[in-house]
Amino acid sequence: MGILDRFFKSHGPDWGVHPDDHKRPAADAPLRTLPVPEKLYIPMQQHVGGPARPVVLVGQAVLKGQLLAEAQGNISAPIHAPTSGRVVAIGEITAPHPSGLAQLAITLASDGNDTWGERQPVVDPFSLSPAEIAKRTAAAGVVGLGGATFPSAVKFNLGKRLKVSTLIVNGGECEPYLSSDDCLMRYRASEVVDGLRIIMHAIGAGDALVGIEENKPEAIAAMKLAAEPFGNVRICPVPARYPMGSDKQLIQTLTGKEVPADARAAEVGVLVHNVSTCAAVHRALRLGEPLIERIVTVNGGAVATPGNVFAPLGARVADLLGFTGLTQEPARLILGGPMMGTLLPHATIPIVKGASGILAFDAREARVPEAGACIRCGSCTRACPMGLLPLEMANHIRAGDLEGALRYELSDCIACGCCAYVCPAHIPLVQYFSHAKGELSARERSKLRNAATRRLVEQRLARLERETREKAAAAAKRKAERDAAKARAAGTSVTEASP
Amino acid sequence: MLIAILSLTLLGSLLGLGLGVAAKKFHVEGDPLTAEIEALMPGSNCGQCGFPGCPGAAAAIADGSAPVTVCPPGGKALAQALAAKLGISIDLGEVADQGPQIAAVAEEICIGCCRCIKVCPTDAILGAAKQIHNVIREACTGCGNCIDRCPTEAMTMQPVPVTLQHWIWPKPEMVGA
Repeated sequence: MGILDRFFKSHGPDWGVHPDDHKRPAADAPLRTLPVPEKLYIPMQQHVGGPARPVVLVGQAVLKGQLLAEAQGNISAPIHAPTSGRVVAIGEITAPHPSGLAQLAITLASDGNDTWGERQPVVDPFSLSPAEIAKRTAAAGVVGLGGATFPSAVKFNLGKRLKVSTLIVNGGECEPYLSSDDCLMRYRASEVVDGLRIIMHAIGAGDALVGIEENKPEAIAAMKLAAEPFGNVRICPVPARYPMGSDKQLIQTLTGKEVPADARAAEVGVLVHNVSTCAAVHRALRLGEPLIERIVTVNGGAVATPGNVFAPLGARVADLLGFTGLTQEPARLILGGPMMGTLLPHATIPIVKGASGILAFDAREARVPEAGACIRCGSCTRACPMGLLPLEMANHIRAGDLEGALRYELSDCIACGCCAYVCPAHIPLVQYFSHAKGELSARERSKLRNAATRRLVEQRLARLERETREKAAAAAKRKAERDAAKARAAGTSVTEASP
Repeated sequence: MLIAILSLTLLGSLLGLGLGVAAKKFHVEGDPLTAEIEALMPGSNCGQCGFPGCPGAAAAIADGSAPVTVCPPGGKALAQALAAKLGISIDLGEVADQGPQIAAVAEEICIGCCRCIKVCPTDAILGAAKQIHNVIREACTGCGNCIDRCPTEAMTMQPVPVTLQHWIWPKPEMVGA
């Protein structure tokens, strides 16, 4: 190993970027609780998969934790009432989504009492079968809270099937500005550790590794304390490097195993769950509480008192910003982190299960430099944590050659934004990739649709043919009956006439 | 002289044999391009192009007697895909296209006559006599056969609504060159 190699390699991973993290002072501010707003707006799609189907009627009174909408399909999650009150509307609201399209949501007017409905806590979750734990987790509407919002119970069953030996708990929280997971680990480390032990039981994992970035010493200390009694739970500080919180990167850092392209983490014997998901599983099992509230980081240059806020799901961004106060009109609102978050068109959008933070940027933070032409410097290829060639992919997509981009393994792109972050020409690389991925899946859908149409046409032709045949058969039968009757009539008249 | 004649005869017969074998061995059943084009078409055989169904239109497009913009339900997207497949450039500005459309029933006008159901090539309309009909969105190909059949004009073509699941990021504006 050359001296230069040693110099460069000894500083942690050779992928990703290290943006200024802006986590403090928000991360150090005490956790506050948002008073329940008068109205909550609860979208029916807060997870990956099929949207939930409302099971309540307008005007119906509901209790806190009561089921509002049931899961629809295999990959879906139910949604529960974050407080007690009355359903005042079931209609469309702006979705927390980059398109700004409308989405079905239930509007709940709080009665101010916050009365819990019936809860079914379990004293000893470890006496339950893994299937029962998965069932209860699914019924509580728990989804991956790291941002992907994939229904957790589906992942449990997958882990059980693929014989996972190690549970990896993701406390990386590598996005700048965000500290909701940090806050959760500081204040509720015991909940996280209990939740992750329940998940280990549910997926049959022998040990757990909790990866926490080194820039959160308080969280590491709290988690070490909480995990001390359990020998098979290890707290592992990992280098602060974006995107450490991405599952493939965290798995590689903690276990040295690389997840193959187009494969799931479970196929290398590990399963990744976020720390917030672990806490939600703990609440779902031990307290019987569905997922109806979460910690949201409110941060950014326009926020008067940045910090973490414990808020019911369905509270609007405006409610949270009103609670923390604003020093100026935000130049830009983002749901989630600055690298992968969603740009919000306005503040009357509710927070959802996957909303880890709200960023209200001032004009300086929101500045978007003019994009220039690619100078082929290769910075993006060095930054890409997946080892791709972002510049080549973007060139192909710009020329409309999506298959060309696929040949450069576009499907492995995790849209982390490292390439766009380091690009000296400020090319919106991730937007190119998101566009291409959307376009490719639309083509795939239209192909499936064509196949389905062809099948329908064939089935219709078969049906028409069968109907014609049946009609002909029925007519033939009737004719035969008529003939037989005629013959009988003729026969009797003959016999009558004969004597 | 004799050697020249013999060698040329031999050469000719060998090459001829080779060509004959190749013609048998690599024989192509029909035009593969037609099949590929047909795979891109909607496949509902609605007949709006004036050809006998999608296979007829695909054959016409393959031999160049029909333009790639011939299919109304396919619209701009199909025209683009076909142009790319055939390696020709087209002016999409001339394609009259309001984006993909599907049929919709105005429930307050529908009298439940079942006429639209009979002409739907994909059985996408649900209903019975004197019951309000409805269109199964996933099955409708937007061929428009049902529109003229409706005695009360309750059937209309509506643009396919863009949903959260189907929305895709727009391509970034061109910068530099």
